[in-house]
Amino acid sequence: MRQIWKNPRFLLVLLALVIALVLLVLGPRAILNFDRRHTNLFVVLLIVGGAILFYTFRAQSGVKYFIRKIAGIAAIEEAIGRATEMGRPVLYVAGTQDLDNVQTVAGITILSSVAKRVAEYDVHLEMPTSRSLVMTTARETAKEAYLAAGRPDAFNEEHIYYVTDEQFGFVAYVNGYMVRQRPATCIYMGAFFAESLIFAETGHSIGAVQIAGTAQPQQLPFFVAACDYTLIGEELFATSAYLSQDPKLLGSLRGQDFGKAFAMLFILLGSILATLALLTQSDVLTQLSHWLQGLFTIKSS
Amino acid sequence: MSAFLDRVGRMDRRLIYVAIALAVIIPLVAGLTFPVITTPIVQNIFDKLDSLPEGSRVILTADFGPSTVPENMPMIQAVLRHALHKKLKVYLLTLWATGIPQLDALEQNVLAKDFPDRVAGQDWVNLGYKAGNQGVINSAFSDFPGAFPVDSKGHDVRTLPIMEGVKRIADFNLIVCIASGFPGVKEWIQFGGDPAHVPVAGGVTAVEAPLLYPYYPRQLLGLMGGLQGAAEYEAALVKQYPEYASRSEEAIQRMGPQTVAHLVIIAFIVLGNVAFFTGGEWRRRRT
Amino acid sequence: MIRVTLPVLLTSVVGFLLVAAFFFRGLNRVNSDLSEYFNIIAAVAFILGGGNLLRMHLDKVQRRRPGWTYSIVTVVAFLFTLIAGLFKVGNSQGWTGPVEAQGSWFNFAYDAMFNPLQATMFSLLAFFVASASYRAFRARNVEATLLLVAALIILLGRTFVGAFLTSWLPQPLQFLSIPNLSNWIMSTVNLAGARAIIIGIGLGVISTSLKIILGIERSYLGGRES
Repeated sequence: MRQIWKNPRFLLVLLALVIALVLLVLGPRAILNFDRRHTNLFVVLLIVGGAILFYTFRAQSGVKYFIRKIAGIAAIEEAIGRATEMGRPVLYVAGTQDLDNVQTVAGITILSSVAKRVAEYDVHLEMPTSRSLVMTTARETAKEAYLAAGRPDAFNEEHIYYVTDEQFGFVAYVNGYMVRQRPATCIYMGAFFAESLIFAETGHSIGAVQIAGTAQPQQLPFFVAACDYTLIGEELFATSAYLSQDPKLLGSLRGQDFGKAFAMLFILLGSILATLALLTQSDVLTQLSHWLQGLFTIKSS
Repeated sequence: MSAFLDRVGRMDRRLIYVAIALAVIIPLVAGLTFPVITTPIVQNIFDKLDSLPEGSRVILTADFGPSTVPENMPMIQAVLRHALHKKLKVYLLTLWATGIPQLDALEQNVLAKDFPDRVAGQDWVNLGYKAGNQGVINSAFSDFPGAFPVDSKGHDVRTLPIMEGVKRIADFNLIVCIASGFPGVKEWIQFGGDPAHVPVAGGVTAVEAPLLYPYYPRQLLGLMGGLQGAAEYEAALVKQYPEYASRSEEAIQRMGPQTVAHLVIIAFIVLGNVAFFTGGEWRRRRT
Repeated sequence: MIRVTLPVLLTSVVGFLLVAAFFFRGLNRVNSDLSEYFNIIAAVAFILGGGNLLRMHLDKVQRRRPGWTYSIVTVVAFLFTLIAGLFKVGNSQGWTGPVEAQGSWFNFAYDAMFNPLQATMFSLLAFFVASASYRAFRARNVEATLLLVAALIILLGRTFVGAFLTSWLPQPLQFLSIPNLSNWIMSTVNLAGARAIIIGIGLGVISTSLKIILGIERSYLGGRES
């Protein structure tokens, strides 16, 4: 009986049944009342989502995909080794937002790999969190990682703890910890705001190796300027795949690249059309350019 | 000389901190100010507010906390003074829990002091804080009184004269969002202004501003970026209405220390590069 | 099954529902309702976090671990704020008034302690920006030199000095004035880079969200396969 719960086809069918039941309860009008303003978004979602799923399952069937070296991710192991040699802790901060932010989830998934390495190297991992839910999830993740590394005895849940929801209160605590305990390695993976530069500069002042990753575009320049390695935007989401080398996760990166190629194609096409329309003053080209723009415009009515 | 330049290139950061502190304190104490020219991206906001007829409805949001008051408060005060001078109906609200004291400060420092004759609930209303981030804007899009059922004093908004005829966001003439993060200008554009065809103007911290340029000028009417943006709006206000010169030049005054601090940072960057090239570091990198 | 399969199933159902809510008008309320459920769960989870915070710091004080004096400050501040806010101590309107009413202890703590502390921490950025710029803006190679030049133009362009330094330029060459160059860098070069990064981030978010919804990515649950 237990085997059936491990069968992916069974789970998919069960999922489909549950969704159908929910929609039936909510009423068939919900299914029929499609918001036509979002048709183009729906089509793009199907194309990009479909590509991600296609390459994911293709990778699962054995096709190998190449992933380029990302210096920041490759440096994580080195940085943890450095902490082991120096006998100083590894500080891990999974952002300052809650679990409803996908960057925080990415930070927690990376924690799994980092915690496994930390357990193998037998070094102290310190993880202050800014949200209670993140603390709870991080503890579960780290516990499983220590178990997977064969070191469940080394796990101490007191090293993953909640500090405060307040942004600068959290910053003050983490800075104080850095200055007093002087961790050898500081890893920042998640959503950050104004605290990014404060963390990075303080980390630099104590001589720590710093590896940061965030999808907050306005904080990237601060991390790039002050940290040793920075994972820019989508590299944060690729880290989990890179570290685990799980074929399914690597396949999904290929799907992401397909989405990028799709975007690049239309950007190029649109730019050329708009430029030619402007230069030639041709009605046909102008209309074509507007039509293409309209394809990617979210209509308000 | 090379050794000295090497040391300059690796200067103790505390010297830099002292220099910055002096660069801010001295101009602040001396009251040093510089002329401010309003750029088109800020002038657009001013011109729009100035062109609205009397009685037009303007949403003015205080979506920021105490940490960014020095940048955001001068902006929102200048915009509020301008709107009230033009006898527009102003609807103050915030989607940040820490925005409540900012709205209180506006009531005390602008409304009570500069416009004591304006009647709450008739000429302006403080709708207070509503939790739910962009969900509130989504909700207000189709049912504004439903999203903000009471004002900050607990009065039912349906009993207030200012709320007559206000059913949804589309009933407003302008949204001015002063923000410093999430939820902020982007959310007001995406869920409020753009779908409802109501122009949105923004005032944000300097760090947030570059990310909002993609929205200008189609979805974003104009943008005040950081203290410079606040100073530019104040300059436009004071130029058009000199009676506000003494009350609305906070950002202009603070631009003095900011300008000097920028120059000090530039000096350090230049010094660092001179030390890099003439000291030993560049030669060591080349060999 | 309980530890992994049930959470994955729950994640999948809620994930698909939320996506569907965006496209089907009848499901619009699902979005706001589920967001409120999350807020409620997060608020209840705070009890866990707050309890853990108190326990950790009280333990530190009891065992006199390094930094225990800071733990006393934390516990006192925590309890003061909790009691002052929960019981609306000093609130002229009593228990019916807003928690942040003028004259209340909570309001005092906010105005006299929270505000200045937050402003102080934020002010650190001014110093750190200077030290980070001093270290980072070195013309080590071509790209770093371009970055350096752009930074100098923008730093000058955001002040009066930039306009003053290039005010002598004749009208046909005004596009080379520092403020105009600064605006051009922000609205053209920076915009292109920011858009590219945002598109990449958007795709990363779609991919990660899909993997989580479909249960392909499970490390946040502990990584153990069912």
